[in-house]
Amino acid sequence: MSKQRVVVVGNGMVGHKFIDNLINHEKADQYEIVTFSEESRLAYDRVQLSSYFSGATAADLALTDREYYRDNGVNFVLSDKVVEIDRAAKVVVTESGRKEPYDKLVLATGSFPFVPPIPGNDKEHCLVYRTIDDLGMIKASAKESKVGVVVGGGLLGLEAANAIKNLGLETHVVEFAPRLMAVQLDEGGGKLLRRKIEDLGVKVHTEKATTEIVVGKECRYRMNFADGSHLETDMILFSAGIRPQDELARKFELEVGERGGIVVNDNCQTNDKDIYAIGECALWGGRIFGLVAPGYTMAKVAVSQITGGDELFQGADMSTKLKLMGVDVASIGDAHGNTPGAQSYTYNDEIEQVYKRLIISEDGTRVVGAVLVGDVDAYGNLLQMMLNDMALPENPAALILPSTGDSASVGLGVDALPDSAQICSCYDVTKADIKAAVAAGCTDMGGIKSATKASTGCGGCAALAKQVMDAELASLGYEVKNDICEHFAYSRKELADIVRVKQIKTFDELLESHGHGLGCEICKPAVGSILASFWNDYVLKDEHIGLQDTNDIFLGNMQKDGTYSIVPRVAGGEITPEKLIVLGEVAKEYNLYTKITGGQRIDLFGAQLHELPLIWKRLVDAGFETGHAYGKSVRTVKSCVGSTWCRYGVDDSVGFAIDIEDRYKGLRSPHKLKFAVSGCTRECAEAQCKDVGVIATENGWNLYVCGNGGMRPRHADLFASDLDRETLIKYVDRFLMFYVRTADRLQRTSVWLENLEGGLEYLRDVIINDKLGIAEELEADMAANIANYQCEWKTTVENPERLKRFKHFINSDEADNSLAYVLERGQRRPATKEERVQLVELVD
Amino acid sequence: MSDWITVCSESDLTPNTGLCALLGGEQVAVFYCGKTRKLFAVSNYDPIGEANVLSRGIMGSIGEATVVASPLYKQHFNLETGECLEDTEHKLKTYPVRLHEGEVQMQAA
Ligand SMILES: Cc1cc2nc3c(=O)[nH]c(=O)nc-3n(C[C@H](O)[C@H](O)[C@H](O)COP(=O)(O)OP(=O)(O)OC[C@H]3O[C@@H](n4cnc5c(N)ncnc54)[C@H](O)[C@@H]3O)c2cc1C
Repeated sequence: MSKQRVVVVGNGMVGHKFIDNLINHEKADQYEIVTFSEESRLAYDRVQLSSYFSGATAADLALTDREYYRDNGVNFVLSDKVVEIDRAAKVVVTESGRKEPYDKLVLATGSFPFVPPIPGNDKEHCLVYRTIDDLGMIKASAKESKVGVVVGGGLLGLEAANAIKNLGLETHVVEFAPRLMAVQLDEGGGKLLRRKIEDLGVKVHTEKATTEIVVGKECRYRMNFADGSHLETDMILFSAGIRPQDELARKFELEVGERGGIVVNDNCQTNDKDIYAIGECALWGGRIFGLVAPGYTMAKVAVSQITGGDELFQGADMSTKLKLMGVDVASIGDAHGNTPGAQSYTYNDEIEQVYKRLIISEDGTRVVGAVLVGDVDAYGNLLQMMLNDMALPENPAALILPSTGDSASVGLGVDALPDSAQICSCYDVTKADIKAAVAAGCTDMGGIKSATKASTGCGGCAALAKQVMDAELASLGYEVKNDICEHFAYSRKELADIVRVKQIKTFDELLESHGHGLGCEICKPAVGSILASFWNDYVLKDEHIGLQDTNDIFLGNMQKDGTYSIVPRVAGGEITPEKLIVLGEVAKEYNLYTKITGGQRIDLFGAQLHELPLIWKRLVDAGFETGHAYGKSVRTVKSCVGSTWCRYGVDDSVGFAIDIEDRYKGLRSPHKLKFAVSGCTRECAEAQCKDVGVIATENGWNLYVCGNGGMRPRHADLFASDLDRETLIKYVDRFLMFYVRTADRLQRTSVWLENLEGGLEYLRDVIINDKLGIAEELEADMAANIANYQCEWKTTVENPERLKRFKHFINSDEADNSLAYVLERGQRRPATKEERVQLVELVD
Repeated sequence: MSDWITVCSESDLTPNTGLCALLGGEQVAVFYCGKTRKLFAVSNYDPIGEANVLSRGIMGSIGEATVVASPLYKQHFNLETGECLEDTEHKLKTYPVRLHEGEVQMQAA
C-alpha cells in the first residue's frame, strides 16, 4: 500500500503538535508528511515569546528542530507560503510555485494581529507582537525610541507593554474599552489591575479611539484621539486582538464564519472532508479558541480522525491564570456573570490590593465563573469545582475570603475531585494520571513532573498537583514525613532553622536539645554541613570532626582502596606554568595517577593517609589552596577563555569566574555546587547545565540557575538578564543562602527548584523582589561565611596536633600493607582482585 | 588469656571517632563514644568494600546498637558484636579493649 500524503499548512504550535502526534502514532509509517511555514523557522513556543526579551534565544524557544523532523521523515519547507488549494486535483501551490499533492490537508495557519484601520498605521516603528521576527523589529525600534504606546489593553497588549517597559521605554497603553482586559475581567477586576499597573509606571488611557497617526512635535509620532486629546510617541505596537488566518479558506471556498474562522465540525473537518483545520484558525461551535491547549486538543482529534480513530473535539474551557507585569490575574468561566439568574460574591481589599469575585448559578449550588486579581490562590479550586460540576460548600463566600488560620476547612479537598479531573491543561494530565504515578513510586513533585509532565508547561497547576500527590501518598499510608533520620524528628530545613535561630554551634548541643541516640552517618554530616554553612568553623575541630563524611574527615576524596585523591583549587581553570610544574613534580614524586577533571582542575590519585600532609605542605607553599573537591560545597567555576583572548568573547569570563570562585569557595551546602561563566552566547563553558550559570551578553550578564548535568540532567532556567556584576553577585548571594537554608539533604538545586512550591516565579519573588523580607539576612549570612573562610589544608598543615591523625596506625609508622597497584598507560592504578592474586604469586 | 597491650594514650582519642592500631600484625579499628565513654575495637578491614578503612567511618547508633558506617559503601557494623546490619553473612572480628591508667589497651583476640 502506498503511503497517504498529509500536507500541513503552517508550522506553528498546533501544526507542530499535529505532526508530533502523527509521527508518534502506531500507524505513523502509513503516512508521508509535508509541512509549509511562512516563517523562516520551525515551530517555536509562542506562549513564551516574551521571554525572548529577557534573554531566551530562538533556540530556547524552539519546539522542534530539523534533525528531529528529518529523523522522523517529516518534509518541511520554510519561508514559503501556501497560496492556492486546488481542491479538485488535491494539490497545494506555494508562493514560490512549488506544488504538493495531498490526500489529507491540514490547515494550521493560526491567526494574525488585527491592526485597526487608522490612517498612518503603516509607518515605520508601527509594529505588532506575534513572531520572533516581530520581536527583533521591536528591539531594534526600541533602540531608537524613548516612548512607546501599545494599542490594546487586552492580555497580549499588557504583555507587550511589559516588554517595551523592560526595554526602557516610557510606556503607555491605549484602550478603546472603558477597562483593561475587558474580555476576561469585570469592572472591579479591571479597575484594580489598572491601579496596579499604573503603580508600576505604565500609563493607561481608556476609552480612547485613535483617529490618525501623524508626525509628532516632541516624539516621532502623534496619535490623535476621537475625543480631541492626543499622545506623542516614538513607537506604536498594535495589539488590538487577533483574527483567524482564513485567507486560503475564503479564496478556495471552504466555509468560514461571519466574523472569520474556518468552520469545522467535531472531527475538526471543514466542509471538504479531506481538509482539516486546527488551532487558532478554526471556528468550532461559532467560537475561536485563542489559547494553545484547545489547539493541542484539536491536533489530537485530527490525528485520531485521519488514522481511523473516533476522538471528537467538544469545546474547551477558556479560563486563564497569568502574571502580567508581576500582577496575578485569573479569569474563570463566565467572568461577566452573563448566565441568566447568576449571582455573585465580591471581595475587594483596597489595602492589600486584592479583588475577587465569585459568580454562582441561580440556584446557588454551582460555580459559573470568577475573577481574581492580586491573589489567585483560589484559581485551582474554583476551576475544578466548575469543570467538574461540583456542589458549592455551605458558605461559598469562604472560597474567596482570605484564609483565617484554619484554612484547611474551606477550599476544596482534592479528595472531592473525580479521577477524570484535568489537573494540568497544558499536558492534559488528570488526577488519575497523578495517582498512577504515585502508585508507581513517585513521592515528590520532581518525580511527578518527569513521570506525567504535569506542571511543566505554564506551571499554573503546581500547587494543585502537589495537593493531589500528597493526598494520594497519605491515602496509600505514606506518612508524609520529612524526618532526616531516626535521631531527629525534623527535616534538614527545620534543623537548619533551629541551628540558625537558636545559634547552636555543635552537633552534641543539637542532639541534646532536639534529638536522641548517638546520631548516624545521615544526620551527622547533614548537621556538620549546616553548622559549616552558617558558622564556617574549621571542620576538623574536635567537636566537628566526628560529623565529617568519608571525604571531609581527611580533606580528600577516598578511593576504592582507601587511598585519597587530591584536587587543589584552580579558580576559573586558570593556572600558571609554574604551578602546573609544581603539580607535575608532586605527582611524580609521590607516584600519583594524574587526570584532568571535568571542572577544569587536576586530580592526583593514590595518596596514602600519611602522605596527604606532606603533599599539601608542598602545594600550600607553592600557593595552592584546597579545592574542596571532597565536600558537599562549592566546587568549581568553569570558564571559557572569554574576551581577553577569544575573537568572539563579549566579556571577561575568566576574570569574573575567578572572582566568583574566590567569593564562594568553601561554602558548605546541602549538596555540591557547580558554577560556570561563559564569555558569550556560544556558551563554551556550558553554564546552562550548572547550579549557577553566567553568560555574557552585549548588555551585561545573564544569570541561569538550577541546571544540572550528571545523573539527572536539567537545563538551567534563565533567572535574570542583562545584570551588572554587582547585582548578579547580590542575587547569587541570596540564592545560595536561600538554598542552603531550605533544601533537603543531598538535594541538588535542580530538584530543590522542582519541589519548591511556586517554582521559578516564587524564587524570583524571594531573591529579586524580596517577598519574604529576608534578602538582607541572606546577604549578611553570606558575608559572615566569606569572612570566616580559611583554607582547611593550610590550617591543617600548620597544626601539629591535627597532623597526628594523618597516619594509618596510631602506634606504628607503617603504611597499609594491603595496597597493590598495576601499571596502565604509563601510570598506576589499584590492582583488581584477580591481579592481586597474581601479584602475590609473583612475589612468592 | 593474653596480656593487655598498650596501643596509645587516652589523649590520642577523639570522642565519637575511630583510629587504627596495629596489634600483632592485625589492623584494629578502635572507637571511642563520647557520651557513654565506652571503647570498642573491631577489625579495620571492610569485608564488603575490601579495604582497610573502617576506622575512618562515622560512628553512631541504630536503635540500641552502637555502630560504625563503612566510609566506602555505608553498611553498618555493630561495634559490640561486629555483625553487619545489612548483610549478616559478614561479621567483623572484635577485640577486648579497655582504658587503663590513661592508656588504651587491647588484647590480641
Ligand atoms: C505574545 C503571546 C503570548 C501568548 N500567551 C499565551 C498563553 O499564555 N497561553 C495560551 O494558551 N496561549 C497564548 N498565546 C496564544 C498561542 O500562542 C496560540 O494559541 C498558539 O500559538 C496557536 O497555535 P497555532 O498553531 O494555531 O498558530 P500559530 O502558532 O500562530 O502558527 C501558525 C503558523 O502558520 C503560519 N502560516 C499561516 N498561514 C500560512 C500559509 N498560508 N502558508 C504557510 N504558513 C502559514 C504562520 O506564519 C505561523 O507560523 C500567546 C500568543 C502570543 C502572541
